[in-house]
Amino acid sequence: MVGIVLISHSGPLAAEVAALAARICAVDVPLGAAGGTEDGGLGSSPELVAAMIERVDQGDGVILIPDLGGSVLTARLFEAPGVVVADVPFVEGTIAAVISASAGAPLRAVLAAAEDARRFRKF
Amino acid sequence: MDTAVFARWIGEIAAAVRADKDRLTRLDAAIGDADHGANLERGFDAVVRALADDSPDTPGALLGLVGNTLIRRVGGASGPLYGTAFREAGKALGDARTVSTADLARALEAGLAGVRRLGGAAEGDKTMVDAIAPAVRALAEAVRDGSGQREALGAAASAALAGAEATIPMRAGKGRASYLGPRSVGHEDPGAASAALVFAALCAAEAASDESRGG
Repeated sequence: MVGIVLISHSGPLAAEVAALAARICAVDVPLGAAGGTEDGGLGSSPELVAAMIERVDQGDGVILIPDLGGSVLTARLFEAPGVVVADVPFVEGTIAAVISASAGAPLRAVLAAAEDARRFRKF
Repeated sequence: MDTAVFARWIGEIAAAVRADKDRLTRLDAAIGDADHGANLERGFDAVVRALADDSPDTPGALLGLVGNTLIRRVGGASGPLYGTAFREAGKALGDARTVSTADLARALEAGLAGVRRLGGAAEGDKTMVDAIAPAVRALAEAVRDGSGQREALGAAASAALAGAEATIPMRAGKGRASYLGPRSVGHEDPGAASAALVFAALCAAEAASDESRGG
């Protein structure tokens, strides 16, 4: 299954979006939250991101979903074969990616599902 | 320029960031999140400690260590950006033990390309690119014109400073300040201001190393 890592300046924000996505989805998707600095402050920690990528990587690729600003830059430092950064809304993109990944979709399809979230109107 | 000059450069940056921390934070308070001074101080202090623990033996390895440490320790957006700049510059220098002004100009061009790739900012977006790009250009031009090292680095430092000041009337096109739209006009970009410090520090390090050799 494709792994997903959420990256935010805020630890609680990343953790809660991950928790929400996990609750919405019946299947356990490898999903990690890498928010805040190692000492719990605001910011992004490449070390946390690296550890999370390793944890969620099952060999089918990993999608990084940053919220904004420095999180995007930190995420992009990890772009590599099999590790892609999704330019998507943080909450909606995560939900779409998790649901798609849970159905066993390959990396490219999960990324496309997350990107589709950009076009979803709420009403 | 040998590894010692580059180590001195980093020391000069750390000192300049410490001295100007409040100014950088003030600039960032106007259009950002008021952490640029503190973030860079933390980052460069960590770099100075890392260089004391593990003294790399080539300029390229030294810049690589600087870049990796900044990425790990800065926390804000400037960490990945400055970190990438130093890392790419270090990579471009390879394992040469001494570096000519022309080598340095090419390495800094690689650093600038890395920053552009990562952040997607162009000149005129009111970011550090507005200070780094003219400085790198001035350095390359000075090399082409056959200027001496001191003169070339002085031209780069002046161009960086002018570039930073030129961000005042700009409207931000990237970063948090871009959410402010027209209200970002009238403030110097903190990233461009810190980039000007980096180029001034390079000039100071070269001059100090030259004097200590009695040259």
